[in-house]
Order: sequence, then structure tokens, then C-alpha cells
Amino acid sequence: MKYVLMFADRVEDQKMWEKMPQEQMLAAYEQVNKWFDEHSRSGKIVGGEELRGPASSTTVRFKNGKPIVTDGPFIEAKEIVGGFAIVEVKDLDEALAMAKTWPGGGEGRIVEVRPVVER
Amino acid sequence: MLGDFDLAEEVVQDSLVVALEKWPEQGIPDNPGAWLMTTARRRAIDILRRDKRYREKLALLERSPLAHEPSETDDRLRLIFTCCHPALSQEAQVALTLRAVVGFTTTEIASAFLLTETTVAQRIVRAKRKIVDAHIPYRMPDASELAGRLDGVLSVLYLMFNEGYLSRGTQVGMRRDLADDALWLTRLVAKLMPDQPEVMGLLALMTLSIARSNARFDDSGEMVLLPDQDRRLWDGVAIAEGIQLLERAGAMRASGPYQIQGAIAALHSEAKSWEETDWHQIVVLYDSLVRMADSPVVRLNRAVALSHFAGPEMALGEINDLAMSLEGYHLFHAARADLLDRVGEPALARDARLRALELCQNPAERSLLERKINQK
Repeated sequence: MKYVLMFADRVEDQKMWEKMPQEQMLAAYEQVNKWFDEHSRSGKIVGGEELRGPASSTTVRFKNGKPIVTDGPFIEAKEIVGGFAIVEVKDLDEALAMAKTWPGGGEGRIVEVRPVVER
Repeated sequence: MLGDFDLAEEVVQDSLVVALEKWPEQGIPDNPGAWLMTTARRRAIDILRRDKRYREKLALLERSPLAHEPSETDDRLRLIFTCCHPALSQEAQVALTLRAVVGFTTTEIASAFLLTETTVAQRIVRAKRKIVDAHIPYRMPDASELAGRLDGVLSVLYLMFNEGYLSRGTQVGMRRDLADDALWLTRLVAKLMPDQPEVMGLLALMTLSIARSNARFDDSGEMVLLPDQDRRLWDGVAIAEGIQLLERAGAMRASGPYQIQGAIAALHSEAKSWEETDWHQIVVLYDSLVRMADSPVVRLNRAVALSHFAGPEMALGEINDLAMSLEGYHLFHAARADLLDRVGEPALARDARLRALELCQNPAERSLLERKINQK
């Protein structure tokens, strides 16, 4: 079964993250890299990316079928998706076990686990 | 795509049909087997209830040789843990467990929870679809996640029991079954997982609560609260069983919220009268409950217990702090009213009771509140 793990953080934690001193930031990234490395080695991760912050986001919204380009993410949310991983595992429990060990982000970080449509 | 879960449920339904056909003519089989307890059990109990030797036969069922049928045991636990998977909403967990493990019909679940049949049917369909779509595994959780997952199962059982024991709805009579069923299911889990003290704690709590059943309503169906209950009507055998369960759980040296609540119930059961209750010990137990599973309701109960040896003024002070979070909870206002009476504020007590009455749906509780309001 393939799932997408969507990694989100609360807006306030994201802001803290941006102000974080260099070495602390590097340590945090090392944790995340370790997580990706471990699970890639066991063959569970088949894809994934880190996304740039919401300030870099641009939205194309359709109005009556016509595209309108605007600055910013498409919803005003209290949480921001910062990245995702595509995983190939046995079942939901295995995906949840991965999500539970996700190290990236603040104390209130969120991981949404969604199955991928497989045809 | 048919998930394991659907298959499992189909098997359950099949066995139920077999039992329905066989038992009325042939009686209870000599060796009821493990399947009996899960699938057709509900029907069995109905038949047994009509039997004078209900208790003896129930005991016979309880002694069914589970130990020799490990695969059946695994199957039932697997089914329970799958129904109570945290990826399903708790409402769905309850409905699914009642349907697949206890054998309730959709109609029965609907009437037990005062929902429409359509709502229950949709809940079950959605839950099953999620099991299949998200690939929720049909298996026992790993040892590493067992404790957390067991908590989920116990919450479902506790919720079922409470719903049956003190219904929030408007029809009391038909709900009694739900408490019995929750008790049965908890007994089953305790049997299948004998080394889990919290399961035993919950079983003790239920057993001790049910033991008071006969004293909870008077001849005209009016509710009788603990202080006014005729303690001679309590079921001494059940109380002894509950206390024994707590002792066995305690010996495993891993305390938890259900064991603590069971111990509180046991202290009430052991007291010869309301006045002789060991309130000090009860407050100590509530203190540990606050540390383990803090909630406004736990604090409310603690304050009421406190009032019996530290005085109602002190308790009132404590529960006033809970007013914000418990405004919509009728028992908060009812407890406050009793304390206000005790400090000589009948007018305020009356207001609090009227508020409790507004919030309360259970007819027996409403009638009790009305009587108190009219007395003053």
C-alpha cells in the first residue's frame, strides 16, 4: 500500500523555525535526514520533498473557469504543510508507525497519512 | 475489494444464524466452544435470561474451554482491536464493535444511542469503507503499541457501559442491556488478555456498579441516589467479585485510571452506610486519578467527596473554579445545588437545580431533580 505522509507545522512554530540559529537548524535537519535515510534504506520511502515556506507560494484559482493568479497559499490555515513523503508499506499501522517517529518541526507538529489511489 | 474485516463480519453473521436456528430446539451445547461466546452470545443470553438457572448456565459459558482454542481467541481479539482502531472515529468504533463483536443489529444500536437507523448504518458503512481504503490491518497491535491501543478499546467499553448504566437519553428501560453487554465484552477481553491490570480494573468498576442495580430504583421506578440506597439490596457476591478483581489487578503493580475508579467504587461498596464511608481514602484516590487522567468531571467528583470531611464550603470553592468547563453538564449543577443546600443557600440551590433540569434528559434523573425542587 502506498501512502503520502504530509508534514505540517503550526504557524507559530514555523516562525520560530525561520528565526532559529544556524547550528540549531542544522541539528534539526540532521534529524530529518536521518529519518529519511533510515526509511529509504529499508525501502519504505519511494519519494518525498521539502517545500519552501508559504511566503514563496503562489496560487492559481479558477473563477468561472478562468485562471487567476494570486500570492500565497490557497487556504489561510493555522497549520502549514512543509513537505511530504511517499511511502510503500504493508498497511496503515506501518505508515502510522513511521508518522509517529517523524522528527521535523515543533512540539505541535502534524502528520497526515493518506492512502494513494492505486489502479 | 473485500477486506479481511468484511470476511470476518460475514463469518460472525453466519454463526449467528446457525445459533439462532439450533439453540431454541437443542438447548445449549455441552461444549459451547469459543465461537458461541462472541457471535451468537447475545441471542444465547436472551434465551438464558428466561431460564431460572440463568446464573449457573452463564457460569458454564464463562468456563468454555478458550485455552484450547487459541486461534479463536486471536480472532476475537483481532476483531475487537480492529473495530477500535484509532484511525476510526470513536462513534464508529462503538457502533462497529457492537455490530461485529456483540452482534447488535443496526436497529438495536440506533435505539441504544437514540440515533436514527440511517445514521448508524452510514456510520458503519463509512467505517468499513475506511478500513478497506486506508488498509487498516486486521490484526493484533504490536507489543510496542499494545498499551495505547488497549486504552482505545477500554474507552469504547467504558462508554458503552456508561451509556447503558446511566442513560443520557429519554428511554431508560431499553438501555439496561447495553450495560450488561459492555460487562460481558469486558469480561471477554479480560479473559483473553489476563495479564492486563487495567482491563481487570474496568471489569471491577463495572461489576461493582452493576452490584448496586437493585437499589438504584425504587418500586415506582424513581431513582435512588447512593446516600439513600438500601444497601441490603446490593449484590454481595458481585461486590466480592469486584474486590477480588481489584486485588488481582493490584498485585500486578501497574496502577491506572480504571483500577483507581474501581477502588473508589469498592470503598463505597464496603461502607456499611453513607456516613461510614471512608471519604478520606476516596479523596486520596481522586488525587491520584487527577494526576493520571485529569478532567473537570474527575475534579467535580473529588470536590464532592471532599465536602464530606472538609465541609461543603471548601468543596463549593473548588467546584466554582470548574463552572466554565462544566456549564453544560447537568451533574455539575446538581452537585452544586446539594452543596448550596448544605451551606444554607436554598434559593441559589433551587436555581442550580433548575439549570440541571434544563440540561438533563434522563427521565429518572429529571424526576429526582423535580422532586427536590418541589420539596423546597
